[in-house]
Amino acid sequence: MFPNLVRLLRYRGLIQSLVARELKARYRGSVLGFFWSFFNPLFLLLIYSFVFKYVLPAKADGLEPYALFMFCGILPWTWFASSLTESSNVLISGGNLIKKVLFPAEILPIVTVLANMVHFFLGLPILAVFLIYYRAPLGVPEILWFPVIVFVQLVFTLGCALILSALTVHFRDIRDILANILTLWFFATPIIYPMGEAPALGRRVLNMNPFTHLAVSYQEVLFYKGDFGHWKWLLALGAASIVFFLFAYFVFDRLRDTFAEEV
Amino acid sequence: MNAIEVFHASKIYRRYSRRRQFTTLKSALLSGSLIRDLRPDETFSALQDVTFTVPAGRTLGVIGRNGSGKSTMLKLVAGITKPSSGTVRVAGRISALIELGAGFHPEISGRENVFINGIMLGLTKREITRRFDEIVEFAEMKDFIDAPVKTYSSGMYVRLGFAVAIHVDPDVLLVDEVLAVGDEGFTHKCLDKFAEFKRRGKTILLVTHSLGLVERFCDEALWLDAGRMQGLGDPKRIVGAYVTDVEVSEERQLAASDAKARESAGTISPDEPAAVLPDHQIGTAEAPGDMFRATEGRWGSREIEITDVQLRAADGEPGHVFHSGERLDIRIGMRAPVVLNDFVIGIGLFNAEGVCCYGTNTSLEELKGERIFGDADATFTIDSLDLVEGTYKLDVAVHRLDGYPYDYHRLLYTFRVKSRTKDVGIYRPRHAWTFSDGVRFEKMQG
Repeated sequence: MFPNLVRLLRYRGLIQSLVARELKARYRGSVLGFFWSFFNPLFLLLIYSFVFKYVLPAKADGLEPYALFMFCGILPWTWFASSLTESSNVLISGGNLIKKVLFPAEILPIVTVLANMVHFFLGLPILAVFLIYYRAPLGVPEILWFPVIVFVQLVFTLGCALILSALTVHFRDIRDILANILTLWFFATPIIYPMGEAPALGRRVLNMNPFTHLAVSYQEVLFYKGDFGHWKWLLALGAASIVFFLFAYFVFDRLRDTFAEEV
Repeated sequence: MNAIEVFHASKIYRRYSRRRQFTTLKSALLSGSLIRDLRPDETFSALQDVTFTVPAGRTLGVIGRNGSGKSTMLKLVAGITKPSSGTVRVAGRISALIELGAGFHPEISGRENVFINGIMLGLTKREITRRFDEIVEFAEMKDFIDAPVKTYSSGMYVRLGFAVAIHVDPDVLLVDEVLAVGDEGFTHKCLDKFAEFKRRGKTILLVTHSLGLVERFCDEALWLDAGRMQGLGDPKRIVGAYVTDVEVSEERQLAASDAKARESAGTISPDEPAAVLPDHQIGTAEAPGDMFRATEGRWGSREIEITDVQLRAADGEPGHVFHSGERLDIRIGMRAPVVLNDFVIGIGLFNAEGVCCYGTNTSLEELKGERIFGDADATFTIDSLDLVEGTYKLDVAVHRLDGYPYDYHRLLYTFRVKSRTKDVGIYRPRHAWTFSDGVRFEKMQG
């Protein structure tokens, strides 16, 4: 397992090229090309702003502007959810590579997660513009936490992607189950509602959801005033994510030899 | 030093029964067999106990029928799959021409794909940049290299894939039947490239159905059949053994299809006692309307009956596969329940397209029937079967001088002619080349 992890480092050039290819290929043939990576989150934000300002005015206090609050959670969630959806299919659609080329299969889910991370990054300038526009209370020490949150999410997402991609090769139903799980997961995460709104029992349940801590961390750093109080949870999640990633890699490694025959 | 070492390697694939093939997570969870289902249940050995080594700089050709495990073996050597037991060791950089352009992404340009494919095959960006022009030139793709790969023709796709793979500059090159794809010119170019590899002391493992290529090009040949090694050694010897084996099984197939043809023509197989046949009128007495339409069949009054037709090679053994230029005897067994004197025995030879290659009968050759009664034989001997390679069908008939059929067997017998020379046409006249001083040839290698 560990030699394989080290080998992965040798393939960073390939990972880099594949991520670039993924991004290029996605918008190839569209007129606006890369700009869609900006426009998609922008439109999302505009739609939410409109809905929650005029159609369903938010009731909770201290959540103004509500669209911005929600955007802080939606942007990373989109990264997470599309990474998982795509990586559940990535070994099967990339079957040709696994069957016909000597190719470390874990590169495929990793590339998926990284490509979606780039999309996430491309959405950040939109977020930044709105943060400045609404004069969000950003503090320098808080902003320094931001890369840490991104890193924790990256490790956690990689772990999920590895396990999902490996298991989907054997159980194709995971692809269908996943869509439903992600919907449930989205609503079980304080993204469109604040953590503080949840009753005590609900909060305990929410605390067991790893993505809660990512979402809350993003919100505290970017949206709420005051210090970043969630850092203990974040670091704990970070440590757990690393363990989870290693476990996921172990599972993937064990199943590796079956891929060429099953996809 | 050995570049490739395969030691008692076996590969067992799991085979799903129909029900299990669609095993789902749900059913696995319900029956609590999540772990069990990840284990093979029914198995299929694609390779069994294969052992061979290829010394560095040598070329090994792998031959065998479809499904004999050739590609599995190549995948083992390439490291794409692991052997179920035994070991496979390869020294040096491998490039596997298994599926060309396997990693191409259709939406992006050929240029970008060359880079990504190259990196996948183990080159660095700088190495690819250095070899890029060479790759494009080899693929003959100068004008299209910046177009998205989805717009390429299948030939272009494969050429580019081949060009990248070959420029990886591997120590060990694995080739799986890829030469069948390009046009003639490109195939020659590939062969030249292989020859260059050989000269530079690279090791090549070549899986192919082109036996001539194996004989000409390889230092050794490995013959796989149903996953087992049938032979390893001198290419000429192995190819010879393989060809013989193929002939034997073709023989069996032709015999089976002949039997079927006769059966559907409304007759009983010649092995069965002819006595069970009623005296007259089995099948139809009518000839089909168009005698020249090549459909199988049997008709006739059976006043003389053809009970048995055998094709015999020079050694007298009945068979279905013969070699061009060798002797062929067609032995026709007949039975005449009553004494007759008005009869003509004829044969006709047709190729697979239904073209009559030769036809004759005793009357045309100025023989007049005098008497036939009881069991009788006629043998038509062809001293030298001067036909090109292919499948041929045979008409055998006994009829009256005026054409009234006693027993007409239309295209009921099939045989194959094999030839070392891949010449074309139907008839191969006895021939020889002679040259004046101005022209000189050298015997082709192999």
